[in-house]
Amino acid sequence: MSSEGSDVDFYYDDDDEMIVDDDEGSAISEDDMDGIDTYRDDYAAQPSSSKRKIYEVEFDTLPQEAVEGLIRKDVEYISSILGVETDAASLLLRHMNWNKEKLIERYMEDSAAQSAKAGIAPVEPPPAQIPPSSSRSSSSRSVKTSSAPKRVTRRTTAESALKAKALLTPEPSVEPESFLCPICCDDSQPKTLSLVCDHKFCADCWVHHLKNKIRVEGDYSIKCMASGCTLIATDSFVTSTLAEEPESVERYKELIVRSFVAANKALKFCPYPSCTYTVSCPNAATKSALTQMVPTVHCATESHKFCFGCPIESDHRPVICGVAKMWLKKCEDDSETANWIKSNTKECSKCQSTIEKNGGCNHMTCRKCKYEFCWVCMGPWSEHGTTWYSCNRFDEASGIEARDAQARSRASLERYLHYYNRWANHEQSAKLSADMYAKTEKKMEEMQITSNLSWIEVQFAKKAADELFKCRMTLKWTYAMAYYLQKDNEKEIFEANQSDLEQAVESLTELLESPIEAEDIPVLRQKMTDKTVYVQKRSEIMLEDTAKGFLENRWRWNVNVDGFEPATVLAD
Amino acid sequence: MALKRINKELADLGRDPPSSCSAGPEDETDMFSWQATIMGPGDSPYAGGVFFLRINFPTDYPFKPPKVSFITKIYHPNINNNGSICLDILKEQWSPALTVSKVLLSICSMLTDPNPDDPLVPEIAQLYKTDRQLYEKNAKEWTRKYAT
Repeated sequence: MSSEGSDVDFYYDDDDEMIVDDDEGSAISEDDMDGIDTYRDDYAAQPSSSKRKIYEVEFDTLPQEAVEGLIRKDVEYISSILGVETDAASLLLRHMNWNKEKLIERYMEDSAAQSAKAGIAPVEPPPAQIPPSSSRSSSSRSVKTSSAPKRVTRRTTAESALKAKALLTPEPSVEPESFLCPICCDDSQPKTLSLVCDHKFCADCWVHHLKNKIRVEGDYSIKCMASGCTLIATDSFVTSTLAEEPESVERYKELIVRSFVAANKALKFCPYPSCTYTVSCPNAATKSALTQMVPTVHCATESHKFCFGCPIESDHRPVICGVAKMWLKKCEDDSETANWIKSNTKECSKCQSTIEKNGGCNHMTCRKCKYEFCWVCMGPWSEHGTTWYSCNRFDEASGIEARDAQARSRASLERYLHYYNRWANHEQSAKLSADMYAKTEKKMEEMQITSNLSWIEVQFAKKAADELFKCRMTLKWTYAMAYYLQKDNEKEIFEANQSDLEQAVESLTELLESPIEAEDIPVLRQKMTDKTVYVQKRSEIMLEDTAKGFLENRWRWNVNVDGFEPATVLAD
Repeated sequence: MALKRINKELADLGRDPPSSCSAGPEDETDMFSWQATIMGPGDSPYAGGVFFLRINFPTDYPFKPPKVSFITKIYHPNINNNGSICLDILKEQWSPALTVSKVLLSICSMLTDPNPDDPLVPEIAQLYKTDRQLYEKNAKEWTRKYAT
């Protein structure tokens, strides 16, 4: 709207009028902002961006250019310390995986070896240094065949100057005589390029080679095309050669940024597809920090939430990375199997082997221990006499005992399934309420058209739905945490908080699913807003208390977790 | 670009053929699929055998390596049942400056000196390392059976 207005303004000659128009425009937009702000005040518990909660972690989002700035700083630092060109410094850093200290140390020890390894200097003297009279066969470098010696003679005078220059600017040299590129076998190419190794190829082939490496193979350390040559193309060589391929240059820069970010523990690349933001979170860079907090971060795009400490691409608060990972692994391995075992098998009352009955009568003989028992009452078969197909001895003492033993052996399985089912249920419910909300939203929109309600007045349901989704995710992970928590007073408090949050969430869900009529909206709005605030508070308490618990080292696990004291009571 | 280069390689092969190998298009109308032959090196258990290979050039040859595989069955730690070859210069060590003739020569030297530390067929590599005589016997047998 404002842009349209300013477009029109340009047609007026009077400058004053234009300024007045602009002022009006900004006044309107401020009003809009006010409206949103007052609306936000309804939700006092909404976390304000200025104050950080105990369960939140400090982090920064960096666009790609900012990371490139960090890289440049490192490169310049190395360049000044080691007294090398920035291009060489960049290659050295990449070779050392961006470890400045290690690079300086190694480079001081043996600069020539490091330069060779980093692909800056040729391992052996470049062919241009071989005097033309030399009898050394050039079979290993058959790339430069018949035409090579002639050029070499011409070059030797200006050779040293050229060598120094080549690192900086890969100036295309124009070949006066016909040059046959060994790659494309074309002699009509006027421009040739080479790295300091002086392996010449036509400019077109270089462009093709660089493009293929960058775009198809995702490589940023691109070797000279000559076979066996270990020289790596410098940044300025790549950017100047690909001057007409801006997309490839962009990708090249991104690849370097990615490698820099991967090498730096305080940085993480946003895992969402085609996102180029980097998150910096130095507080979560150490392993021990991850036993005390859950570094949930997001990049500049707020919906790109992920965990800084582990590869889980969502918010797994309140449970720490190590435990969350353990739980996911267990679910992946066990859930389906456990469910199947639970519904299809029983254990032999004597040796506890798991048995599946896939046919036949109730007279079972354990294949392992040869124990004979009845499938129905689990009691010994010897008491059954001749009643082969039915069991009327369900209440016999021996049968009850056998079933008790069975129940005990099932307890751990049941325990796991208890937590797993609730975990899965919250995930499912979160999805369902998202669908539910989509329907409600449609209805709200209709209402906005048919009645005199404003857009802002029908937004309360969106708030509720968003909050519900967040809380369901938190609840989901509390079950993973509870599964591994040792049974003690702390766990009891944890479970009380969990149950409060769960109840609040369920009643808000109910409200959200209740039918909406235009005349009820004010009442519903009041109720739902109240409930949303309550749910927010409960979730704050849950997250805050767990986070505090980690800082105070209050939680005890029933399994061994990295970074914690060994478990005293192991889960059965 | 690819076609020009392939034609040049074919001309070079004709003018200066490498010893013990040859290569050329299967069909004059399709320059991108070639067939090659390698004579089993004299100092290897493959001596006396003639091995056929298939070479397929990608459209962006020489920036991508050609696909080379054995048609003739061969008993070798780095060549499997399908004729696939495990050779670095056909994968990550490929350089656009390499040619078919250099690739064939590399394969020849691989026949003489297998690389059991990077095997494609672990069983043969194991045998090569522990019981060289049995390996040579098997390789000779396969050569006699499939390559002569």
